[in-house]
Amino acid sequence: MTIAEQNLIEFRGVSWRPNSGADAAIIDDVSLEVPRGETLVLLGRSGSGKTSLLKLINGMHWPSKGQVMVEGRATREWDAIRLRRGIGYVIQEAGLFPHFTVAENVGLVPGLENWTKEKIATRVKEMLQLVGLQPEEFAQRRPRELSGGQRQRVGVARALAADPPILLMDEPFGALDPVTRAELQREFQSLARRLEKTIVFVTHDLREALLLASHIILLEKGRIVASAGPEEFLRLQHPEVLAFAASLDVRGGAA
Amino acid sequence: MTGLWRFMAQHQEEIRSATLEHVELVLIAMAAAILIGVPLGMLIVRRAKLRALALGIAGIFQTIPSLALFGFLIPIPFIGGIGKRTAIVALTLYALLPILRNTYVGLTEIDPAVLESAEAMGMTQAQILFRVRFPLGRAVILAGVRTATIITIGVATIAAAIGAGGLGTFIFRGVALVNDSLLLAGAIPAALLAIVADFLLGRLERRLRVT
Repeated sequence: MTIAEQNLIEFRGVSWRPNSGADAAIIDDVSLEVPRGETLVLLGRSGSGKTSLLKLINGMHWPSKGQVMVEGRATREWDAIRLRRGIGYVIQEAGLFPHFTVAENVGLVPGLENWTKEKIATRVKEMLQLVGLQPEEFAQRRPRELSGGQRQRVGVARALAADPPILLMDEPFGALDPVTRAELQREFQSLARRLEKTIVFVTHDLREALLLASHIILLEKGRIVASAGPEEFLRLQHPEVLAFAASLDVRGGAA
Repeated sequence: MTGLWRFMAQHQEEIRSATLEHVELVLIAMAAAILIGVPLGMLIVRRAKLRALALGIAGIFQTIPSLALFGFLIPIPFIGGIGKRTAIVALTLYALLPILRNTYVGLTEIDPAVLESAEAMGMTQAQILFRVRFPLGRAVILAGVRTATIITIGVATIAAAIGAGGLGTFIFRGVALVNDSLLLAGAIPAALLAIVADFLLGRLERRLRVT
């Protein structure tokens, strides 16, 4: 297996500035590799560039410098629509379509990919069960008839529906109450293990990072300042790592 | 009051045909304004220069006093002259701004998280327009149609000044002869038309709203 095949996602000296270079760099010379099956957590404060980094993977942003490789091909060489349909995407408020039922939301990408009606219906059922929602009870509901946690479950089901090899998640559990958040984190952890997806997960919560990550990358001002597995991460001595570690102590610490 | 009722009863037939004429003017002008305004509104969602131009021009038409707009159109070949056609062109131009503006607003003021998901899921811009923006913005678009309809019903009374007929015929005659019955025989049906249109379109609008 070549390196390109092992690394489903790879950043090679990537910088990104909005407005085609007029503004300051949000992402500054980042190189990283995401091997197949890894759950990479991008950790950082607000404005550290973690969301921008995520959007460089599915062609919502294009690198100003360097290359982002997905499945061995630079994103610039991909057809953006094809690239995105192969990458699941979950964001904080779920971004469900309010005028669609839960089933229509989950079945959207399969529908765009012209699956047959029966195949979509079967898949929607599977996906809802996978995220712990009874299809009979939830399939025909509208997003407004769901709790925040249920909406987020639907968001995950929708992202997984077309069985993409890559899953991008931008603070998916950030807006939930602490109890629901812990519930979803635990379920997601076991789900991620079973599905063997390559996941890039953005959060500013170190506890969440330690729980879910197989690898953690810490960003500060658009640069990578620390990169380690969850076991070694807290032993790093970079000031930003210490700052995050201190945030754990304040909350009664898992460290 | 009894004078008014007697007058209206006596001229029932004329009032009825003037009302139908009025409705015809409004319906044709509204259909034209919707056929121009809604597609144009879709077109300017992602084209900033065209947007400024289109909203600017539509805005200018709105600022021209309606009687003057009718007057300006008369000498223009093909669309001008005395009669219905000129009136319909003027009414269409008048109705355009609320429809265009509401179409643009309806299609753009959508939860950014929803648009971001749509894009990230690999929907094309056309799919986002027709399957996300349009269904979510249609109540706002219809609100523009409703505003435009009510304006048009009112402004259409002035069309009588250039020989287009309609309920304005009674109003102009009533003003000229200082005859309240005549004036009200035009004004009351016009007001009723506006109220009914407002009510019906308002109901439809509430039904289309996605919460």
